[in-house]
Amino acid sequence: MKIMESQIVTKQNKKINTEFINGAEAVVKILIEEQVEVAFGYPGGAIMPIYDALYDEQDRIQHVLARHEQGAIHAAQGFARVTTKPGVCLATSGPGATNLITGLADAQIDSTPLVCITGQVPSSLLGSDAFQETDVIGISMPVTKWNYQITDANEIPEVLAKAFYIARSGRPGPVLIDITKDAQFQKFDYSYTCFKKIRSYVPKPEIDLSSIEKAASAINNAKRPLILFGQGVILANAEKEFKNLVEKTGIPSAWTILGLSALDTDHPLNVGMLGMHGNYGPNLLTNECDILIAIGMRFDDRVTGNLSKYAKQAKVIHLEIDPAEINKNVKADIPVLGDAKETISHLLKLVKLNSHEKWLQRFIDCAKIEREKVIDKELNPDSETLSMGEVINIINKHTQGDAIIVSDVGQHQMVACRYSKFSKSKSNITSGGLGTMGFGLPAALGAKLGAPDRTVIAVIGDGGFQMTIQELATIYQTKAKVKILLLNNEFLGMVRQWQQLFFEKRYSSTEMINPDFQTIVKGYYIPTKKVTERDKLEKSIEEFLNFDGAYFLEVMVGKENNVFPMVPSGAGVSEIRLE
Amino acid sequence: MTRMQKEEFTITAYTENHVGLLHRITIIFTKRKVNIESITASESEKDGIHRFTIAVTETEEAVEKIVKQIEKQIEVLKADYYKNKEVVQQEVALYKIPSKSLTNGIEVERIVRQHNARFLTIEKGFLVIEKAGFRRETKALFDDLIPFGINEFVRSGRIAVSREEHGIGEYVEQILSKS
Repeated sequence: MKIMESQIVTKQNKKINTEFINGAEAVVKILIEEQVEVAFGYPGGAIMPIYDALYDEQDRIQHVLARHEQGAIHAAQGFARVTTKPGVCLATSGPGATNLITGLADAQIDSTPLVCITGQVPSSLLGSDAFQETDVIGISMPVTKWNYQITDANEIPEVLAKAFYIARSGRPGPVLIDITKDAQFQKFDYSYTCFKKIRSYVPKPEIDLSSIEKAASAINNAKRPLILFGQGVILANAEKEFKNLVEKTGIPSAWTILGLSALDTDHPLNVGMLGMHGNYGPNLLTNECDILIAIGMRFDDRVTGNLSKYAKQAKVIHLEIDPAEINKNVKADIPVLGDAKETISHLLKLVKLNSHEKWLQRFIDCAKIEREKVIDKELNPDSETLSMGEVINIINKHTQGDAIIVSDVGQHQMVACRYSKFSKSKSNITSGGLGTMGFGLPAALGAKLGAPDRTVIAVIGDGGFQMTIQELATIYQTKAKVKILLLNNEFLGMVRQWQQLFFEKRYSSTEMINPDFQTIVKGYYIPTKKVTERDKLEKSIEEFLNFDGAYFLEVMVGKENNVFPMVPSGAGVSEIRLE
Repeated sequence: MTRMQKEEFTITAYTENHVGLLHRITIIFTKRKVNIESITASESEKDGIHRFTIAVTETEEAVEKIVKQIEKQIEVLKADYYKNKEVVQQEVALYKIPSKSLTNGIEVERIVRQHNARFLTIEKGFLVIEKAGFRRETKALFDDLIPFGINEFVRSGRIAVSREEHGIGEYVEQILSKS
């Protein structure tokens, strides 16, 4: 690559060193400037110049060749979730770009920072229905935090700098940059500076100290306070401050599935999971608390159930970075806008050292009831068939809460979230808001590449596994040591559970006549094992975890097991059913 | 009017002048199945800053949420909403009628004067009348012109300024002066 260096004089009369390179080379240089070490993608006609430039930088940027663009973007999401750095994803125009849409929608609703770069047909052909032309800017607009089409190489540095800044700042989210092929080839004077400010964009709202004072006084006077924490704590890197707040105030704290792992699952004040398949105590007592303190969570309908029956008795304090979330679903009596790390730090100074023994005992009593009616049966079933919970329970025993658990979507996801133990943050990776089946396998690969020193376990059902099964090849090619646990019930279990409970057991298109997964995975040269009996389970899990490399463990579980407790659709959270 | 009853609102947004922003704003309405009655984009009093004026009939609660979503867009500096009594608003309408109606006495001239409208142009076969005002006023002139035959009619979207001395332009000024 021959580089011509020159100087240009900017408007402010500042001299900046520039290089005369093409747009594609500039893109790759910017990825290096932004400390991108891993990029996920799939090449094609309109993005070939960028792939050509990547060829020269293979030592600095590992490109992970997925087997489908959806796999690439979910892998980038998994990477972003464990590192909190933007995941980078490349795809070509047309179908390459449209295959990213599910991942973009997933990242948008779960606030995952991504920078996606798509190739586009040459600018002279835009709008001509050229080969592999699609209006990706139009299509991706509802599912991106920001997007932009570049038709001139001179725009590349500023637009990509903005892309990284927007993706990772404030409430993070996915950004898509579409670059026409001619702009990738075009030579221009390149120089780069990272972006730190956009005048029309306020990533972190200014903190209003009077709102903190109001919140602190309400917390100090509360008799039955309850904290609900979400991913906002994780995204703000506020785990330490949050733990201090919980411990100082002695307030029972419950999590959304994206907030899971922000606080040790064994912490005495961690009272468990909220929502439809959450724990009995936090759901029931949401409707008895006097102060509800929501931190970095958005009152999703899976958390709140029927809003007209949700925490009507409580005064709501909402700590939130995104002003659009305030009063969106639940009216906040005391909104506290700002980055969770900052607002919690302020709050910590004003709250009194406290404990709520009697109130906490209510949660402990509820947990006892739930243990007797649900948990014991799930973890130590008296049935011949294996349960998903007992598998997760044995994994806990061996990982001691140290592993990253990546789940797909469905019954196994709820079981994995309910029963997995976590002692480290950023360790529960799952598709929360969008509920994207097929997320788990590629996201686990991305998570492993983002956290190579940690054990990464993908927990997947037989339905979701087949939606992105081709990514086994990517795992094989990258030699990523991903542990794949398939909980096979030969059904689309969650839909079947609803059919059983609400559609008179009319199992419409939920039974799966599956292929032999052992043969398939062997075809990808990944070691496999299948377990159907209890006495072989623990030993197989040990083997699975101890094997030095990717490993596929298939466990046949009860075909018609249900996940309980359950807040039925349309019911209030306190109407939670234990059986 | 309670917050749950639908009424007319004017939404104003100060934005950067950016390709695709119109689409980004309209999909916020589409996603919630809210109909945009009119939308106007133009320059504002601030150099390089554009202004959207959007008319909707919705509940205040829905409008409040929509405005927050608009303001959340990267290139939007500030957005707000107003009830009818909080804005001064106008629409412009053009009416094309056959020029023979002028020769049939002074009736058309009288109507145009009565409605505070004016002739924009008089051509060989037709004439064009312009009227600025509220919806009901442009509609009233339309009704009065029906007997002469209306070849073409068009009405612009609502444009509006707030009844405050500065309005949200002041916030925009603060944002711009900080940058």
